[in-house]
Amino acid sequence: MRLPRGSRKGDIVAHRFRFSLIAAAVLAFAAESYGQYQPWNNPGRIQVPNSQPAAGPAPRRDLTGIWDAGNAGVNGTGYSTPPLTAWGEEVGKTHKSGNGSRMVPIAEVNDPLSTMGDPTGFPRIILYELRPVQIVQTPESVLMLYMFERRWRVIWTDGRQLPKDPDPRWYGYSVGRWEDDYTFVVETVGTDERTWLDNAGNPHSDQLRVVERYHRLNQNTLELSVTLDDPKTYTKPWTPRDKLQLRLTPPGTDLMEMIPSATEAAAYKKSMAEPSK
Amino acid sequence: MKILLATVAVLVAAVPLVAHHGAATFDTDKELTLKGTVTEWIWANPHCFLKFDAKDDTGTVRNWVVETQNPTGMSTRGWRRTSFKAGDPVTVWLQPVKNGASVGRIVKVLLPSGDTLIAIGPRPDAAPPRQPER
Repeated sequence: MRLPRGSRKGDIVAHRFRFSLIAAAVLAFAAESYGQYQPWNNPGRIQVPNSQPAAGPAPRRDLTGIWDAGNAGVNGTGYSTPPLTAWGEEVGKTHKSGNGSRMVPIAEVNDPLSTMGDPTGFPRIILYELRPVQIVQTPESVLMLYMFERRWRVIWTDGRQLPKDPDPRWYGYSVGRWEDDYTFVVETVGTDERTWLDNAGNPHSDQLRVVERYHRLNQNTLELSVTLDDPKTYTKPWTPRDKLQLRLTPPGTDLMEMIPSATEAAAYKKSMAEPSK
Repeated sequence: MKILLATVAVLVAAVPLVAHHGAATFDTDKELTLKGTVTEWIWANPHCFLKFDAKDDTGTVRNWVVETQNPTGMSTRGWRRTSFKAGDPVTVWLQPVKNGASVGRIVKVLLPSGDTLIAIGPRPDAAPPRQPER
């Protein structure tokens, strides 16, 4: 039935028609956005930034989900540090890095991670290659599942104390506690001084103590600050990560493997690095 | 939709060149354009690399080895494990190493399909190139 323009009923029908067109456009937009999303092997970047619902309030004592700091999570060039101790200077001189003040040509790089396939270790995995990380909570621990290396850490929350004289481990020993309902604080000791802090070859000792603060700002945003205290290596504590923001990735995100294998490192050295001498 | 594409394009363009090494080994002021034939494509960490045969100025065929970033980084630019196969004719824009060896890093590659894969610098659009069927 054709309704005359200007009638109340006609206005309502026209309004509903316009609303339907807008709704259809929104649905088509959402479907196209969803279609661009990879169900498998997501490289970690949030591909459709506006696919997330508007950020609601942060849930209480809950960090679960896959978090991505995007480009800011990957610090390719390394950090400016406080002055090194004499011990730190000596160790640093042996590090021939791919970047930063110790940078050497590719063929001379002796980064144990990229040239040997050694573990990234802690805290380098959160200072250099902080690719997406899935956080899982259990009654007695918080698990950090890193996309890079496909490695995990266990943060104990069962009230245990840090070990007094631990045998060094690539990923150290970690305990965590809720400082308030939205701030989770992790302390780590017992790291392995064979690992570097970053791509600049900055060293650390087995006396290193690391404090990570995870503050959930809202549903979709987590802030990470990292403080290092290593009196054997550095003349004062320092904070390489200061309120780094991570975004919650959409549910169901399947992450790529990103594993620095020894075989692939050897192939790169033979085909690329050696001929470039 | 234009806004979405622009947003994604900006995000992709913002992906930095993050590597386990800096650019000191490469002559970044020099860019070569070589037409050649793919011999191997290695999709690996810490860098992917492409091997291809190309004739130099004297007509001699040299096998070039040229790198990109890692698979994760290249995936955000539309590169895939299946982007090349042996025998593919390609045109490669590259920055060579300083010592004169047939080694370098890829700036971009023109594929047999007519699509271009970008390795360094912003991409012109957000749509990933078509990938060959395997």
